[in-house]
Amino acid sequence: MRALGPSDFLFLIEAARWTILLSLSAFIGGGIVGAFIALGRVSERKWLRWLSIGYIQLFQGTPLLLQLFLVFFGSDMLGLALGPWVAATLGLSLNAGAFLGEIWRGCIQAVPRAQSEAGQALGLHYLPIMRRVVLPQALRLAVAPTVGFLVNLVKSTSLTAIIGFVELTRAGQQLNNTTFRPFTIYMTVAVIYFLLCWPLTLASRKLERRMNVAYRR
Amino acid sequence: MNYTFHFADVWAARQELADGAWLTVQLSAVSMVLSLTIAVFGALARTSGPKWLRMIVASYVEFIRNTPFLVQVFVIFFGLPGMGLRLDANTGALIAMVLNGSAYTIEIVRAGIEAVNHGQIEAALALGLHRLQVFFKIVLPQALRAVFAPLGSQFILLMLNSSIVSVISADELTAAAQDIQSRTFRSFETYIVTIVIYLILSISFSAVFALLNRLFFPKLERS
Repeated sequence: MRALGPSDFLFLIEAARWTILLSLSAFIGGGIVGAFIALGRVSERKWLRWLSIGYIQLFQGTPLLLQLFLVFFGSDMLGLALGPWVAATLGLSLNAGAFLGEIWRGCIQAVPRAQSEAGQALGLHYLPIMRRVVLPQALRLAVAPTVGFLVNLVKSTSLTAIIGFVELTRAGQQLNNTTFRPFTIYMTVAVIYFLLCWPLTLASRKLERRMNVAYRR
Repeated sequence: MNYTFHFADVWAARQELADGAWLTVQLSAVSMVLSLTIAVFGALARTSGPKWLRMIVASYVEFIRNTPFLVQVFVIFFGLPGMGLRLDANTGALIAMVLNGSAYTIEIVRAGIEAVNHGQIEAALALGLHRLQVFFKIVLPQALRAVFAPLGSQFILLMLNSSIVSVISADELTAAAQDIQSRTFRSFETYIVTIVIYLILSISFSAVFALLNRLFFPKLERS
């Protein structure tokens, strides 16, 4: 057991950048998956709708930790040696895609139906209606809940510590193994997460309030 | 891909999985009930308590909601013994789940309370009801009716989060799965079966919530 010095806290703060980077890459991956899920969910083809519903139910109805285990051990079994980076990003992206897809579906469906009907009446096809009429309006609605979801994503990255990815939580565990000051270390880790997440929570709340004002008639 | 699946080892361990799943159900159900109870008082304090109490509840809610559950589990299970409070794994898991669950539940119940029409409260006060009577007999039932659906989804998330307490080796489903896979080296098969059990659990919980919703809050007749 040794005392905690300033360099130990610096070690934790430096580890936080891996948390940030992993959150960003999982957000990009999750955004791509989520876009397909959202579009599939509002598609005119029944089988696409059912496929998206099944995907959402599967990923929202099971623990993220188990999903990470399956990606990690499953890739191993298939003989693909995914590094911890790729496995963590892939697992988090597949999960985030289900949540983002469901959030964005709500935003797409919140755009009044008359908008796409007017597009049809003007002779536009599905893609231009989506791209030029529905999605730009849905995007405005999507900003606040998407920022809110980012908080969940940052918190989820902590689970990759269990499959051995070194980010903030894992760094806390490593530091604890050498210094054995669990309360101070894990509280510091919690405070760093709080400093990452709270601004996002506040921003999401502010955006939501602004949106409510804008849409009040 | 040249991998042959072997589910025989997992099948041999079915009793362990069943015991684990049962503990997951128990942990989840107890922490749902405790969270909701704490949340009712927390939300009451948050909406109509004195200012200092409102501040305390609000900071608690914000801190829990903006930090990962895994880290909360570590603080409670590894941090508290250093301060002289020793916990066994299952108790530690339950405390962590209740502390986490009540923060989210307070926010939901508070939203429900704020959605109750103010005229209801004024009418009840005018009828001579005491403030606490107004809260428990008029405001709370309407608030819970309004937020029953988000409450249900939150509780399912709580159940799924219980898999995280396997890191402190509470004897729930995920921990059972980890035991089995480390003994049999059939990690993929074990986790596939486990994830299916979780899926069944979450579908069952949402069916139970739908039933409770119908039981407690039958559809209002609209005139």
